[in-house]
Amino acid sequence: MLEQLARLGRVGISILAHIGRGNILLFHILGGIGDIVVRPRLLIQQLYSVGVLSMLIISVSGTFVGMVLALQGYYTLSQFGAEQSLGVVVAASLVRELGPVVAALLFAGRAGSALTAEIGLMKATEQLSGLEMMAVDPIRRILTPRFLAGVISMPLLAALFSALGIMGGYFVGVGLLGVDDGAFWSQMQSKIDLHEDIYNGVIKSFVFGWICSWIALFQGYDAVPTSEGVSRATTRTVVHSSLAVLGIDFILTALMFGG
Amino acid sequence: MANKRSIEIMVGVFIAVGLVALFFLSMKVSNLSSMAGGEGYPVIARFDNIGSLKVRSPVTMAGVRIGRVSAIDFDLEVYDAVVTMSVDSRYNTIPDDTFAKIFTAGLLGEQYIGLDPGGSEHYLKAGDQIQLTQSALVLEEIIGQFLFSKAEEGSSE
Repeated sequence: MLEQLARLGRVGISILAHIGRGNILLFHILGGIGDIVVRPRLLIQQLYSVGVLSMLIISVSGTFVGMVLALQGYYTLSQFGAEQSLGVVVAASLVRELGPVVAALLFAGRAGSALTAEIGLMKATEQLSGLEMMAVDPIRRILTPRFLAGVISMPLLAALFSALGIMGGYFVGVGLLGVDDGAFWSQMQSKIDLHEDIYNGVIKSFVFGWICSWIALFQGYDAVPTSEGVSRATTRTVVHSSLAVLGIDFILTALMFGG
Repeated sequence: MANKRSIEIMVGVFIAVGLVALFFLSMKVSNLSSMAGGEGYPVIARFDNIGSLKVRSPVTMAGVRIGRVSAIDFDLEVYDAVVTMSVDSRYNTIPDDTFAKIFTAGLLGEQYIGLDPGGSEHYLKAGDQIQLTQSALVLEEIIGQFLFSKAEEGSSE
C-alpha cells in the first residue's frame, strides 16, 4: 500500500520536475534573444531549415485540404440550396481552425521532430558539452535561434496554408463544381472579419509555433543521450506537440469565438 | 547544405510568400476591402423590435448596399431600440421622410435594413433620425396571430 503511494508520488514529482525543467529552459532560451540581434545570421540559417524546408509540405497539404473542403462543403450546402456560401465555408474553416491547426501538426511532424533529433544527437555526441567547454552557452547559441525561427515561421506557414487552401477551394468550387465566381468571393468577403477571424487565426498560429518549438527543443535537450533516447524523444515531440496543439486550440477557440 | 547566399535568398522568399499570403487573406478574403473608403455619416432610427439585426448588418436602398449598422442601443425611457447606421457619404441625397424597415434575406437569412425613399425635398444629414420605421417580423408573433385569428373564426361560427 505504502509502496503504491510512493510510486504515485514519484510519478507526480517527475512530472513536476519535467515541467519545471521545461520552463527553466524556456526562460534560458528567451534570455538569449539579445544575442540574436547581434548575430542575425544564426536566425536566418534556422529560418531556412525550419521555415523554408517546411514550405513544400505546407503548400501541398493546404491546397488539397482546401479542395477537399470545397468538395465536402458543396455536398452539404447543395442539400440546402446554399452552394453560393461555399466561399464562406471554405475560408472560415481554413482561416479560423484548419489553417493554424493542421499547419501546426505538420510543423510538429516535419520541423519539430527534426529539431529534437538534431539537439538530441548534439547532446549524445557531446557537442553541447563541447560548446560549453569553449565557454559558449549552447542554449543561447543553438536553441534560441531555433526557437525564434519556429515562432516566426509558424504564422507565415499557417497563412500560406490558408491562402493556398482557399485557392484550392476556389479551383474546385468555381472551376469544377460551377459555383458562381462572384458569389464565392463576395460572400466570403462579407462574412470573414479581419479582426475576428484573421487576426485570431494569426494569434493562434503564433501560440502553436511557440508551443511546438518549445516542446521540440525541450525534448531534444532533455533526451537521454543514447540513440534509443533520441528516438524516444523524437516520438514524444510529435505526440506531445500534436496533443498540445489540439488541446490549446480548443481553449483558444472557446476564448476567441465562444462568446 | 547550400551556401549562405542562397540560404538568405530562400529565407527572403519564404518570408515574402508568407507575408503575401497574409496580405491576400486580409485584402481578398476578409471584409477589409469593403470597409476601406467607407467614410459614412451616421443616421439614427428607432425600432420597436429589431429581431436579430446585428452590428455590421447591411443597410440597403433598392437592394443596393449603401451602408452598415454601426451601433445598436436600447433606450430605457421609451423601451425601444436605437439603431445607428453609417451611410456612405456619396449617398447624401436621401430624403428625410425615408421609411426604414427591417427585412430578412430569404426565409432563414440574416436581417438587414431596407430604406424606401420618401418624397421630401430635404435630405438626411449626419445625426438625423429617420421617423418612419417598421419593426422586424418575428415569426413566432405572426404564427401566434394566425392561430389566434383561426381560433376566433372557429368560435364565431
